[in-house]
Amino acid sequence: MYRYDHYDQTLVNERVTQFRDQTRRFLAGELTEDEFRPLRLQNGLYIQRHAPMLRVAIPYGMLSSKQLRMLAHIARKYDKGYAHFTTRQNIQYNWPRLEDTPDILADLASVEMHAIQTSGNCVRNITSDHFAGVAEDEIVDPRPYCEVLRQWSTFHPEFAYLPRKFKIAVCGSKEDRAATAVHDIGVYLRRDDSGAVVLDVLVGGGLGRTPIVGHVIKTALPWPHMMSYLEAALRVYNRYGRRDNLYKARIKILVKALTPQKFAAEVEAEWQHIKDGPATLTKEELARVTQHFTDPEYENLGAVDAGYYRHLSEDKAFATWVKRSAHRHRAPGYTSVTLSLKPLGVAPGDLTDEQMDQVAGWADEFSFGELRVSHEQNLILADVKQSELFALWQKAKAAGLATPNIGLISNIVCCPGGDFCSLANAKSLPIAESIQRRFENLDYQHDIGELDLNISGCMNSCGHHHVGHIGILGVDKNGSEWYQISIGGHSGRALDETGRTRPTALGDVIGPSFAAADVPDVIERLVHTYLESRFEDERFVDTVDRLGIEPFKTNVYHRQPHAKELAHV
Amino acid sequence: MSKIIRDGAIVEDDWAVLSADDTLSLPSCQDAPRLIVPLKVWQLRREEFLARDGELGLLLQTDDEPAPIGDDVSLFNLIAIHFAKFTDGRGYSLARLLRERHRYTNELRATGDVLQDQLFYLKRSGFNAFAIRTDKNIEAALKSLSDFSESYQGAWDQPLPLFKRRHFSTAA
Repeated sequence: MYRYDHYDQTLVNERVTQFRDQTRRFLAGELTEDEFRPLRLQNGLYIQRHAPMLRVAIPYGMLSSKQLRMLAHIARKYDKGYAHFTTRQNIQYNWPRLEDTPDILADLASVEMHAIQTSGNCVRNITSDHFAGVAEDEIVDPRPYCEVLRQWSTFHPEFAYLPRKFKIAVCGSKEDRAATAVHDIGVYLRRDDSGAVVLDVLVGGGLGRTPIVGHVIKTALPWPHMMSYLEAALRVYNRYGRRDNLYKARIKILVKALTPQKFAAEVEAEWQHIKDGPATLTKEELARVTQHFTDPEYENLGAVDAGYYRHLSEDKAFATWVKRSAHRHRAPGYTSVTLSLKPLGVAPGDLTDEQMDQVAGWADEFSFGELRVSHEQNLILADVKQSELFALWQKAKAAGLATPNIGLISNIVCCPGGDFCSLANAKSLPIAESIQRRFENLDYQHDIGELDLNISGCMNSCGHHHVGHIGILGVDKNGSEWYQISIGGHSGRALDETGRTRPTALGDVIGPSFAAADVPDVIERLVHTYLESRFEDERFVDTVDRLGIEPFKTNVYHRQPHAKELAHV
Repeated sequence: MSKIIRDGAIVEDDWAVLSADDTLSLPSCQDAPRLIVPLKVWQLRREEFLARDGELGLLLQTDDEPAPIGDDVSLFNLIAIHFAKFTDGRGYSLARLLRERHRYTNELRATGDVLQDQLFYLKRSGFNAFAIRTDKNIEAALKSLSDFSESYQGAWDQPLPLFKRRHFSTAA
């Protein structure tokens, strides 16, 4: 992974010094709350329900074991012994003290980490595929491009006070595992006929109050122009995006108002002025960054490890875990492993300091000292030998990190919601838990098969509910919490079994919202409808696609069987 | 006279600002040898200003378009961009356009809600003068011009991005 040189290190160190002084001035009354707010936000610090919340960047999800140990140390020393991995490959601490945050940032800087631009109206942490570099379906490794963009966007002087936050995702594989199309800018990397890397650029995607799938505004952009083109797009947005209404300030509203064609033309005109200028990316720089992402020293292994297959046939629980958690790797004899942060009874994405230390140990022992964070709020050990999967599984199981639910209904993507977040309209964590309890039986979950269930506690959609196969949105109605349910969302550009691609789709709301206590019943009715009508191996979302939402709606709103009946399918 | 930061030093501000009321008679050159004129007044009374002795400055709002000003930028000894709110990022893009596209080379001044913690980015975007809000500590603000010793991206103050300089550096 990328290692800082003295320039990178100097910049994060100087940021710590700057923020220490800003915090001092705020506490001394020299900065008002309004003046301090954007400064603290651009260092990831929110003022939340109980305490400040600090969001730390994990650029494009890459983390070293040393860094994870530092995250554990911070959880122990400054927080309550745990932290929360988010849907944007960041980690959040819910209980730090404002006074301590400069020290926390200094600790982070000591392991080449920071909280720069993890909030505020600026370019946020660049996100990408958690299987980057190891995925079998990868066309271009997105990580060097992400790092180049991380540096470009860090302290970008022109774009620190945009109309609103700005999220960029980069994808370089056939299947899109980064929800790229629902970002302010989404970049798909591919190769043109000559084999050169080119970018397809999407703009104006996003969830939130106005969910929109992004529009392609540029195809086959040669890689050297990546930054000048994005700079042109950001400049158009910075100058013309709405600043009069917080809810209409995202780039998607500007793109919609102008039309994607007109917006693309504006960007093109701006780009013509700066194209081929100093921001043009060079081969030397791309090579310098790329050398940080070369393959680890894979052993020359056979594709089949006898011991591994013996364990698979002898231990059903191990086989089940492998089926859900192990992913194909392009190096023979290796697999990528997802550690589930979604066991029953734990807030999705939460990890204790002790577990972090354990995972760091496994990264060292089994996966070249590195790991990744996925936008589904799980951790990935990307390079595990098949022959060591069994040993890893035993350790992960003992630590509560081997729930075989990856891709299943209980692998819920969920924001912190009303329990922690001051923006939320409703709680999300208890809803997640009530659904996990209802579907506690793993055999039942496996029978249901792949199902992404996403929960957001408010319109801001941090839980990506629009792109869940089932999406749940907490809403406030006259002071009480209600839940709106949608089905048929999909975040990928995934290839299905027949090689057909499914574009990113937003779910359709099935009807009026429900009280918290009714949500598990409703989910069960949706699942039941699917089980009754699924065709062969079709997934929940495929059935919704084929039948539309009507039969699901009918079963939820017009059929009134006893919930108990449904609980024992 | 109030103090401003210009080219990294605290100096007396020797410019007067003309009111936006375009019907007023112009102050004499003795009274206001250096006069900042709001864009609208400039557009209405351009010839009068050109006939006047003394130095001219132009006052822009963050949402003004630089293109119609065009080659006129060379007539001004100062252009001020007024920030109604420090969080209005349009002024940064406008500054870069004036500097990099319209080749404006004289004083570019940030006025209005101008605070210490934005100075580094303002400087990088093309401003070389800062009228710090008068209730704030201008000496403290001055220090923030050097909050960072390096920058990744190219901008007005250093057009070459770090990656184009990194390779020539033995320290990298």
